[in-house]
Amino acid sequence: MPARSLRLPRVLCAALALFLAAPVAATPQIQEWTTSGGARVLFVAADALPMVDVELVFDAGSARDGTASGLAQLTNALLGEGAGERDADAIAETFEGLGARFSSGAERDMATVSLRSLTDPALLDPALELFASVVAEPSFPADAIARVRGQMQVALQAEQQSPGDLASKAFYRAVYDDHPYGNPPNGTQESLATLTRDDVLTFFGRYYVARNALVAIVGDLDRAAAEALAERVTAGLVSGEPAPDLPPVPKLLVPIDIHIDHPSAQTHVLLGQPGMHRGDPDYFALYLGNHALGGSGLVSRLNEEVREKRGLAYSVYSYFMPMRRDGPFQMALQTRSDQAGEALAILRDNLERYVAEGPTPDELAFSKRNVTGGYPLRIDSNGKLIGYLAMIGFYDLPLDYLERFIERVEAVDHGQVNDALARRLDPGRLVTVTVGPRNPLDG
Amino acid sequence: MFARILLLAIGLVPITLPAAPQVHEFTLDNGLRLLVQEDHRAPVVVSQVWYKVGSSYEHDGITGVSHVLEHMMFKGTEKLAPGEFSRRIAELGGRENAFTGRDYTAYFQTLERSLLETAFELEAERMRHLVLDPEEFAKEVRVVMEERRLRTEDNPQSLTWERFNATAFLTSPVRNPVIGWMDDLENLRLADLETWYRQWYAPNNATLVVVGDVDPEEVHALARKHFGPLAPSEIVPPKPRPEIVQQGSRRLTVRLPAELPYLVMGYKVPVLTGADSPERVDEVYALEVLAGILDGGNSARLARELVRGEAIAAHAGSGYGLHDRLPGLFLLDGTPANGHTIADLEQALRAQVKRLKEEQVTVDELARIKAQVVAGKVYERDSVFYQAMQVGILETVGLGWDKLDEYVERVNAVTPEQLQEVARKYLVDDTLTVAELEPLPIVTETAEEKPDAS
Repeated sequence: MPARSLRLPRVLCAALALFLAAPVAATPQIQEWTTSGGARVLFVAADALPMVDVELVFDAGSARDGTASGLAQLTNALLGEGAGERDADAIAETFEGLGARFSSGAERDMATVSLRSLTDPALLDPALELFASVVAEPSFPADAIARVRGQMQVALQAEQQSPGDLASKAFYRAVYDDHPYGNPPNGTQESLATLTRDDVLTFFGRYYVARNALVAIVGDLDRAAAEALAERVTAGLVSGEPAPDLPPVPKLLVPIDIHIDHPSAQTHVLLGQPGMHRGDPDYFALYLGNHALGGSGLVSRLNEEVREKRGLAYSVYSYFMPMRRDGPFQMALQTRSDQAGEALAILRDNLERYVAEGPTPDELAFSKRNVTGGYPLRIDSNGKLIGYLAMIGFYDLPLDYLERFIERVEAVDHGQVNDALARRLDPGRLVTVTVGPRNPLDG
Repeated sequence: MFARILLLAIGLVPITLPAAPQVHEFTLDNGLRLLVQEDHRAPVVVSQVWYKVGSSYEHDGITGVSHVLEHMMFKGTEKLAPGEFSRRIAELGGRENAFTGRDYTAYFQTLERSLLETAFELEAERMRHLVLDPEEFAKEVRVVMEERRLRTEDNPQSLTWERFNATAFLTSPVRNPVIGWMDDLENLRLADLETWYRQWYAPNNATLVVVGDVDPEEVHALARKHFGPLAPSEIVPPKPRPEIVQQGSRRLTVRLPAELPYLVMGYKVPVLTGADSPERVDEVYALEVLAGILDGGNSARLARELVRGEAIAAHAGSGYGLHDRLPGLFLLDGTPANGHTIADLEQALRAQVKRLKEEQVTVDELARIKAQVVAGKVYERDSVFYQAMQVGILETVGLGWDKLDEYVERVNAVTPEQLQEVARKYLVDDTLTVAELEPLPIVTETAEEKPDAS
């Protein structure tokens, strides 16, 4: 037999190898190293398209604001408004003239600065040179600070005319109180008015440093080129120190009901409490546990009860948002305000029953099939992959997170799901936020 | 260093594109168009069914019917119980949904590549065998009304936009919102949906677009197997219903409880569909680039001069729908920065328009727009879904997917002279409509007297 197999034509061998490999989606190989300045790098080579994505992720989100609410977002938004000798016009002209896309953003945990470019060196080299400058030597011009502050103030006004935004803001405030996650990332009118250029400089100097940074790279580069790129984009960063640990999130002690009067046609309803963190031992059990409740879109229990059976809402869902510390568990819907009491009761009843009973065996099996079957869709583009690299790197998840994803989903059993739901969700201590023309709890 | 980069920026480095992906084209005997594009980067496939029907096909009294029908397409067929379509796809790990626009109603599934057949089986079933159940309809139309409240009634800018659009157009069907007027939704009957389904849902009024890790011939065979047996219909194209000529500018004020003022301006312009001469084709691509000169990135004029520069606007934008089926608007919109009024903003936007007519845009500006368009052609290939969207839209509005191949070349050919010409010809007051959102105090008591904005 061995002699015969040696005579198999080469082409057939190749075909067999492909066939054997076919059923499992190829998981991208994540390479890891640290730059000379101390920034951690995660890289996936993707050679199908002549482009590269680079994302710098700093532990510099609004959880680092302290009392200066809005400072993380203001600082982040000012990158690109002036760097070295270049002003905002020159920066935008250069990136856009090279066909490169520059962006930045900050939420509670992460502050990111991103670049997408073609890999042609005549385009990529100058784009990287500018990107490195934008990240390392922002000039924070006074007029840009005043203008960006003004834009943030206008955004706060826009929030005041959006019942959904009002509800979300009140929800975080109530769930997290004076924990850093309770601080609104986009600040308040009062706090924005007091932020100074010195505040920005201090914040930047403390948090935009190599040892507080992750570099994620996906694109058509070899390892040597990726290493050179990572050195280059972090070259100007001082080494610095990682950000300190955030405090743990306290549990809610009592239920909290908040109503905000707003002259909208619908009432927005949000329910929830602190949930789980990235790397949480209960992560897969809770992720799967929530799936059948309100995490599976059109086929979830909540969708069935609220939308399909009763026609009460267009959008109804629940999710855990894992963060560095326990991010929220949230259930939400919006409905014509005279129906809000009925809809709220349905959310509460379903949560209570679900936490007590857990998903049915069929539901859990269905959730597992959905999650594992959909695995290839999670990693089918450079854009999605870089998101995973940022998450894995920022939250110190194991590098085989993607590789073992299916296995770990499969390994969760029914008892673990029910146990995790019962331990981690408490329907007796929920934050309830309603925004609309009348308080549904007033009857 | 700066000078060197600037030289690069003005186009001394030609950006070379990888070969455009090939679209394989098939037509089944019953008239169904099948377009397949291979993308072997990941073991996934997206399947989209595009019907030539949307709000621009509707008439007064039934506005929103295309979108409500889209919702009902998930509510059961002769072989599938309500919701079963979604459950079957979800059980396979697929993602699915649908969307309705002015010119199309489209349904999609994204799946691991070996599961494509299930999508075909289910889509073929609901193409001809939908069951429109009165009880399901009664609930689902309420869901759509909630969707309308969420997207429009409770969003001052959306509501202003809707009123603006209905003022800019008097006779063209594009005047109606895709989601429909609330009163039409309240009075929609099941019979309206039955008629609509029979009138438009047939293989010869649909295009099946498949992009992903597939073999085109195998996809063709699967499509023949599942869609091949479906009977075609006689499809009567919608009547032209052109917009009457606008002979003077229009203004409206929308007074609503809101925090922020908002301004939107639109000039009547042609689109690629119906561009029946080479000159007209040049014009519409020039309009496309003109929108880029104003709003094609952070270095474009509105960001540079209105948001930064004079800092009159907190936000300002411009847009144009080159690939719409019917003539539309060249749009400008914005929110004034604090300390500036709507009048300041309008004056600044009008000054921008005036400048486009009086001065030619610079070579650098034009080169930047082109560089972004060319690079964007590479970036868009990172998404199988987006690639399928583009093919589907072009085919469904009647332009043909191959217009995609021309896009970069056409944009690259636009000159500063052409930009000035189209600005002079089309950005004129006689076809202008301006809407202003005037914020009223956000007071809750008023809502007690008026329980529903509908």
